[in-house]
Amino acid sequence: MAHIKIKRDKCKGCMLCIKVCPKGQLKEDSVLNKKGIKPVVFLGQDCTGCTFCGVICPDTAIEVYK
Amino acid sequence: MTKGQKILISGNEAIAQAALDAGCTFYAGYPITPQNEIIAYMSEHMPLQGGVFIQSESELAAINMVFGASAVGARAMTSSSSPGISLMQEAISYIAGAELPAVIVNVMRAGPGLGNIWPAQSDYFQATKPGHGDYHCIALAPSSVQEAYEVTKDAFRLADMYRIPVFILSDGMLGQMMEPLLADSQGSMADGKRKKLSTIDYRLSTKKWAATGCKGRDAHVVKSFYMNMGELERFNLELQEKYKKIKAREQKQEALYIDDAQVVLVAYGTMARLAKEAMAILRKKGVKAGLLRPISVWPFPEDIIKRLTVSGKRVVFLVIEMSYGQMVEDVRLAVNGRAQVEFLGRSGGGIPSEEEIINKTVALLNC
Amino acid sequence: MKKVFSRTSSLRDVDTHYCSGCGHGIAHRLIAEAIDELDIREQVIGITPVGCAVIAYNYWNFDCVESPHGRGLAIATAIKRVRPQNIVFTYQGDGDLAAIGTAETIHAANRGENLTVIFINNAVYGMTGGQMAPTTLIGQKTATSPRGRDIGNEGYPLKISEIVAQLPGVYSVERVSCDSPKGVLKAKSAIKAAFKNQMDNKGFSLVEVLSACPTYWSLTPADSLDWMQNTMSKEFPLGKIK
Repeated sequence: MAHIKIKRDKCKGCMLCIKVCPKGQLKEDSVLNKKGIKPVVFLGQDCTGCTFCGVICPDTAIEVYK
Repeated sequence: MTKGQKILISGNEAIAQAALDAGCTFYAGYPITPQNEIIAYMSEHMPLQGGVFIQSESELAAINMVFGASAVGARAMTSSSSPGISLMQEAISYIAGAELPAVIVNVMRAGPGLGNIWPAQSDYFQATKPGHGDYHCIALAPSSVQEAYEVTKDAFRLADMYRIPVFILSDGMLGQMMEPLLADSQGSMADGKRKKLSTIDYRLSTKKWAATGCKGRDAHVVKSFYMNMGELERFNLELQEKYKKIKAREQKQEALYIDDAQVVLVAYGTMARLAKEAMAILRKKGVKAGLLRPISVWPFPEDIIKRLTVSGKRVVFLVIEMSYGQMVEDVRLAVNGRAQVEFLGRSGGGIPSEEEIINKTVALLNC
Repeated sequence: MKKVFSRTSSLRDVDTHYCSGCGHGIAHRLIAEAIDELDIREQVIGITPVGCAVIAYNYWNFDCVESPHGRGLAIATAIKRVRPQNIVFTYQGDGDLAAIGTAETIHAANRGENLTVIFINNAVYGMTGGQMAPTTLIGQKTATSPRGRDIGNEGYPLKISEIVAQLPGVYSVERVSCDSPKGVLKAKSAIKAAFKNQMDNKGFSLVEVLSACPTYWSLTPADSLDWMQNTMSKEFPLGKIK
């Protein structure tokens, strides 16, 4: 199964990845990162490795593995 | 033009030829009177030498093209006249802030505003105390066609050495008049024997800071923006150190009969030619007149003025300008109250005549 | 398992100063990816603008020259003429390219300079605090059009890409939008093509990138994408213009 790696402290919490993920594999974390914002976390159940999250991320905070 | 041969040429053309002989590889400019001979000369000769000539859409574009060419290591020049230089002012500050070499020719005309196209020296402040931010340009003021050639060549050396914009402060009279010039051009342009620029060392190899593509090294950034706290202040202090060094090393002037002078006439550029004649006539009349002709107006030749005035000897400085009093402020600063400083000036088309200079001098000594 | 998406080497591994959801980060990455895929990093000279992206050189790992506001294409013209062996591009916002720098834009295009222009249109001035841009939409509220852009007072959104496309010296003009993953991928191929054009000496290529400014649109980043799709791209239609 494909998966993604999120660089927690790079994430600015724009949640664009959540908006574009076709499989709903991302959600907002409840714990703050070093920037003091709630970053995105990967749910890791049904990722297809489509890279949409990485492509839309303005902060290069996501790596995709397939 | 052949080496060692005197030719008759205008001041404007001499400046253009000097740039070519100095290895200037880039010129951009916009037409404005009375400097049009420079852009026309460059359009003809720069391509023959393998360099780049661009008639830009404005003076704004011209000076920014010079910024770009210089940022990648070329020896670059633009020329204009007073209102056009005002348009360039912003980018000149950026060039100073990015510590880029550049040569900017101002063939001064009368102002303010559109003014007219007659010669004037009313942009002295603009060249010596320029635009926004704490920066300086070196400013050189030739007073003959031969000297226009020589200081322009030297301007490129100074610009590269100190990574600083250098002004050539000429005027409509000097630009338009023709005089014999002995140039050290390297062969005739007409016969195609002229050296291609690629063979002239314009010291790109020494411009380690240039943005030329990051092959084999870290990326270079040419910039004037310092946002982090304290960064800009540190940079400004470095700039000030550089300016101190230039002030100490690069003051340049012609001084004639100043040691026994009761009156020292102070004038630069075209004005100095008339002042020199007036001085000769005054001497014949038995008046001990001398001439101080700044060639570098920034750095202003203050050291020689200090030397003349610290002894306590009585001397009067008569500053003569084709303006209503600009350089006179630098003379007053250099004199610092140790001697009398008087002023004679006209601008807007008029030039103080020899007679006016003589009369003013005689009147000064009689009071 | 193979890494199929990660940071490319022309993009430094640093945080940007951009707001959350800002489109500059995407555009910076696309340029870096295009440059690395074409293997031209060591030849590239980028011209950064005055605007939010002034310090893009802190994020890119290649030579850059920082331009006075609006003069990017005058600087790029000179650089490319002096060093035709380099690949030269400008990165300019709407204020930089289409307001204060309009003359430089039109004339560099008209001279057919062999350059690549990445024009970021977010319909607002970001760095100075959300003022009206030449590309601000009719009715759009900004710090200096508080009642919405009124054509009687502020005129129409300026379609500089369509204007530039009229000029015979221009080789290629395309408008793309970073409003979805698909849009971002399209933007990337347009940017890559614009660099390739320069490598092939085709002449002036401009890519207008519609880009989000959630902060000064007063929208969430997610809603910004919807606004781009539903409103902004109606005023600025996407696709190849030339």
